Amino acid sequence: MASNDVKLMAHLMRRAGFGASRGRLDELVEQGYDETVENLLSAIDRPTRMTDNLIRRYHPEYSGMMGNQSPSGNWMYRMVSTDAPLREKVGLMWHGMFATGYSKLANGKVLHDQIRMFERHGMGSFKNLLMELSRDPAMIVWLDNSENHNGSVNENYGRELLELFSMGVGNYTEHDVKEAARAFTGWTIGNTEYMTLKSARDSVWPYGRLSFHFEYKEDDHDNGEKEFLGHKGNLNGEDIVDIICDQPATAAFLSRHMYSFFVADEPPVPEWPYKEPRDPEAIAALSKVYFDSDYNVEEMLRFLFKSDFFKSEQARYQRVKSPAELVAGVLRLTGEFNRPKVDMNPTNLQSTYMGQWLLNPPSVEGWHWGTEWIDSGALVERVNFASERLGNIESPGVQTLIDRILSDSNGGLNAEDLVERALDELSVADISEKTRSALVEFAKTQVNQLDSGNAGPEQVANVLKLVGATPEFQRA
Amino acid sequence: MVTAQLKPSLIVIQLSGGNDAMNTVVPYTNGIYHDSRRAIHLTEHNVIDLNGTLGLNPSMGPMKSLWDAGKLAIVQGVGYPQPNRSHFRSMDIWHTAESDHIADSGWLGRTIRELDPEAKNVITGINFGRGLPRALHAKGVPVASVGNLETYGLMPDIADRMTREMAVDVFARMYGPDDTRDAMLQTISETGMGAYLGADILRTAPAQYSSSIEYEGVPIAQSLRDISQVLLADVGTRVFYTQHGGYDTHAGELENHAKLWHELSTAVNDFIADLEEHGRGDDAVVMIFSEFGRRIQDNGSGTDHGSGGVAFVLGNPVKGGFYGEYPSLDPSEQLEGDMKFNNDFRGIYATVLDQWMGINPQEILNKNYEQFDMIRR
Repeated sequence: MASNDVKLMAHLMRRAGFGASRGRLDELVEQGYDETVENLLSAIDRPTRMTDNLIRRYHPEYSGMMGNQSPSGNWMYRMVSTDAPLREKVGLMWHGMFATGYSKLANGKVLHDQIRMFERHGMGSFKNLLMELSRDPAMIVWLDNSENHNGSVNENYGRELLELFSMGVGNYTEHDVKEAARAFTGWTIGNTEYMTLKSARDSVWPYGRLSFHFEYKEDDHDNGEKEFLGHKGNLNGEDIVDIICDQPATAAFLSRHMYSFFVADEPPVPEWPYKEPRDPEAIAALSKVYFDSDYNVEEMLRFLFKSDFFKSEQARYQRVKSPAELVAGVLRLTGEFNRPKVDMNPTNLQSTYMGQWLLNPPSVEGWHWGTEWIDSGALVERVNFASERLGNIESPGVQTLIDRILSDSNGGLNAEDLVERALDELSVADISEKTRSALVEFAKTQVNQLDSGNAGPEQVANVLKLVGATPEFQRA
Repeated sequence: MVTAQLKPSLIVIQLSGGNDAMNTVVPYTNGIYHDSRRAIHLTEHNVIDLNGTLGLNPSMGPMKSLWDAGKLAIVQGVGYPQPNRSHFRSMDIWHTAESDHIADSGWLGRTIRELDPEAKNVITGINFGRGLPRALHAKGVPVASVGNLETYGLMPDIADRMTREMAVDVFARMYGPDDTRDAMLQTISETGMGAYLGADILRTAPAQYSSSIEYEGVPIAQSLRDISQVLLADVGTRVFYTQHGGYDTHAGELENHAKLWHELSTAVNDFIADLEEHGRGDDAVVMIFSEFGRRIQDNGSGTDHGSGGVAFVLGNPVKGGFYGEYPSLDPSEQLEGDMKFNNDFRGIYATVLDQWMGINPQEILNKNYEQFDMIRR
């Protein structure tokens, strides 16, 4: 069975990516842990699959520019097919933290652009990222900064920038919110009325939506004196971001988000002011890297993946897979989408049914994670999806899994071995006795159906299916 | 008094985003309202008058029918001390009924525990929608969350009946009680067990249902139709929950807010008519709330987060009318630019728990709150 090195590599790939096949894990172990971390950090997407311009031509339904399904289907396809999984993973983290939704924008293209912005800037300087975010057309419309005028302040962006995107509640006053909002007056999108009218009126077909574009309107900017977190002057948006980034509260807030996303589930954000982090030392260490590296996200990630707190056994399986992670992980294993196919959008809807509609979070607070993903309705969807896909003998990836399991069986697998091999192939290393014995019992009924008493392809597929239905499979 | 054959059910509808109370129940004769809402005010020409000074949003026609029938209670000036204008936190306060500290369970979760302490029926409480709201969460209390009633069930892809039964049986064993599991796996397996037990029961509801009511195709209407199906199937469900989103009207409020209230009013009215048609109108009370109201002053095209809001309680058992005072809009009476709350929302919870569900509200809310005389007995 899997060595400790393989188990650690599987842990890394579940967190820094969407999991990896057992065969791939062996290759990565050969390459070495630190080398793999470096490759994940530096990887850019080398499209061995169909590239975006071809997708645009042959698959307009998920080119990213059409209605609400298009950009999220496009993103799911990227998660499933990319060679740079960490980049998509980081994008998912930012999407959860800077949650922006279609429900209000009615424009898939600007959301698509925002996610691509996360891919370009999401692993660089956090300060730069907040600047990009403040100029992001989807964000500007989503949080009404286009309605934030000199003399008629709309404080939506100013508030959420502080509360949800950087510092967290309790670290600033209502006055700071108002002053931040004033500093962002005039940060808007060009040609607002025309764009809004076009969205409301025109069909997305056949060309999709036009993107909004950022525009700074000097004559709509409040150039008065402001006071923000103790700093006085004619502050503009850049100054607000500068001041925010220099706050220890920002370092701690961001570090806790990264810890929760990559190491182990923290409680949902609203509880943070009242509950200590699981590992305050890890948060302090990440915060130190944040300042030492001039707010560099890549350096924080490098430190995190190489840290003892990440590698520790204590961190294994301490995250509940988000729906998008679960769907992408299963589809990477089954290999159904090794090239674009029309059923990407309906398949991506599975994540919605499980409670995570990509690019349409329930509100600006994003999704509550951890065990809050698991309500009975969502769990039914998760189990049904994973078990159906992993047990589908037609999928090329499932055939590979079955071949691998049968090929080292030396002509026969008993029920116990069959279960062990299936768990190993699906990266479920830590399993309770209760689950194991139920699986073995099931495997026996499968094996007994054959005269030889040994497992064939269908019996293997049925066991893979049931592994996809285990409580343990829900965790990353 | 709740009689023996009556099965009091509570349906809670959450309006997510912060419903603008002032443009829902409009003080249309008040000069301050018109001065504060230059961009988005409603006038005597379009509101649906209720009493000569207050009127419903023009899109709320179907709610007016309920009002005329004496089945709609409007609770004004709803909120809690030291209002919080964060969606997250404010919703959390409504969900947990705890405004001073973070509570780890929801008020309806505790209610379900009270109704069914040994969790004998895993569908005593059901959420219709995706993602379980905190209001229904309580440790060890199974709550079904049903996205789509028609397709609810485990591993329906297995065509062979025998194999599926076997697989579902294995599922039940894997998710059964096991003390050696950590807290995360414990939660996952308890939830799975609840799903397993609930799925079989719920499968029967749509098949038994027939009605002349044609609900609209929008999600809130479909959710209320699903609720009706389960309520009419008599499977022991007492607490129903669903959400209607989009009330965060910072911009384009007049148009968006009207669309939302059209959808909701129509769906609620259809729901009550559906229960009536089946002779079950006396068994249900519907409560509608939102996490906060919005600023008195508009921002040019919408309104920002505020505090004091409005809630509705409706159904045959409800004594229609206004409850509480409409908060004064006078600048000296405003709270940081908001309507000041004068009714603690927990007073509504207490009323519904005590007078309708027959539960001691102190058990659920940890404190006594003043009740309204709102339920017919």
